[in-house]
Amino acid sequence: MTAVILASPDSSPLGMFSYFDQHRHEVLSWLWSHTWLSVLPVLIGLALSLPLGWLARRYRWLYTPVVSISGLLYTIPSIALFVILPSILGTKILSPINVVVALSLYTVALLVRVVADGLASVPEDVAQAATAMGYTRVQRVLRVELPVAVPVIAAGLRVASVSNVSAVAVASTIGVPELGQLFTNGFQLSVAGPYYPPIVLGLVLCVLLALVLDLLIVLGNRMLTPWRRVATSR
Amino acid sequence: MAEGGDVAMSNVIDWLTDSANWQNSFGTPGIPAQIGAHLEYTVIAIGIAAAIAFPLGLLIGHTGRWAALISVANAMRALPTLGLLVLFYVLIGPHIHGTGDLAYLIPTEIVLILLAIPPMLANTYAGVQNIDPAARDAARGMGMTGAQVLFRAELPNALPLIVSGLRTATLQVVSTATVAAYVGLGGLGRFVFDGESQHDYAETIAGAVLVAALAIVIDLALAGIQRYVVSPGLTGRVTRGARQDAVVANEGNLVAAEISPV
Repeated sequence: MTAVILASPDSSPLGMFSYFDQHRHEVLSWLWSHTWLSVLPVLIGLALSLPLGWLARRYRWLYTPVVSISGLLYTIPSIALFVILPSILGTKILSPINVVVALSLYTVALLVRVVADGLASVPEDVAQAATAMGYTRVQRVLRVELPVAVPVIAAGLRVASVSNVSAVAVASTIGVPELGQLFTNGFQLSVAGPYYPPIVLGLVLCVLLALVLDLLIVLGNRMLTPWRRVATSR
Repeated sequence: MAEGGDVAMSNVIDWLTDSANWQNSFGTPGIPAQIGAHLEYTVIAIGIAAAIAFPLGLLIGHTGRWAALISVANAMRALPTLGLLVLFYVLIGPHIHGTGDLAYLIPTEIVLILLAIPPMLANTYAGVQNIDPAARDAARGMGMTGAQVLFRAELPNALPLIVSGLRTATLQVVSTATVAAYVGLGGLGRFVFDGESQHDYAETIAGAVLVAALAIVIDLALAGIQRYVVSPGLTGRVTRGARQDAVVANEGNLVAAEISPV
């Protein structure tokens, strides 16, 4: 539902602070839905890409079709996917599920290739050493190859999460409430003359959200690869 | 609120095959006119962005100076496109009193150019940087000047990445030009948002299908160009053929075959 927002007198970009004060409740709920609409697809996408990427690496003949299909998926603009999905899934056109499914598809499209390439980047002697130590194939993938590929996968996750934050905002043009609502409200309030507070507030919050998610991935990457810190601190 | 699930694909196909939607009527552009407009916005934005990003990327990659610009351009990707569109429209729109849709077109083109620059700049820079140092040294050793190294060694090596940057940027622009219809621009996004406001969801979905089809066709065309412009010595694609040609051309002289590109 589009909330009715009354304009505060200060229409300059700095008016965003008083705007936030007056609309704290809506803005925070939009921030929250924006956050989970951005994060959930990254998690779903990662969970799907790990096995798919492994398959594309394990069975080489799968690599080219997987990469071309995911590349083709990536060419479909997000607004188009948000609108087309309801008629395929049978969901309501305003349902947030469409956004989650669309962005999960993009994340998979991006990450499958990254995971396959990341697994391929594991040096051959490392894999052989693991086999010589008696690791089974599954143990080798889970305990050696995936951890070694973590930095490459983390780099892909950073791209996916940043582009998701931007793509989620687009969904407000078809009526899904999140931070993009600040842009559509700002647009509607600017009919008489420029009214900057919601627009600037939305930009600031989106960038902050993207930065926080980026930071979390960087930290996660550091925690999962303790050996890299040892190597660099020496 | 109407439900999207209620719109059957057959309604969408009806809309797409209705000849009335393919003609301009009463000042409402039809499908071909909107495809043309969409392409026009895309070509203008990509042309200007390439004129900025391409020389700049070559220069930064070749000299290694001002590399921080690349990081700044990459950080810009965190800005939400819809927010930028609305901001620039509100900022610039009221100052443009031209005829037609200039008040929508100029702010939108600025945003599209800003979005297209980072991928092209980053890829051009990375392409020039990633050249095998031995190849660069060999070019210098052959007595090439700095400009010759850039245009005869670094540029051909960077071409695959440069074209893939162009593809990324073009997709981004096609996609964002759709969203620009929200602030009043023409193009295929018009069908998406007009259908939305009139609760004619068949039109909305048909518009989205057209955008997706256009994006895929453009990307395939650019992929074709990518195959065509990239030196056969880099892809290894034509190597075998080239080698055979060399053998044929120098019948009996196998040395020629050995120095052909590997």
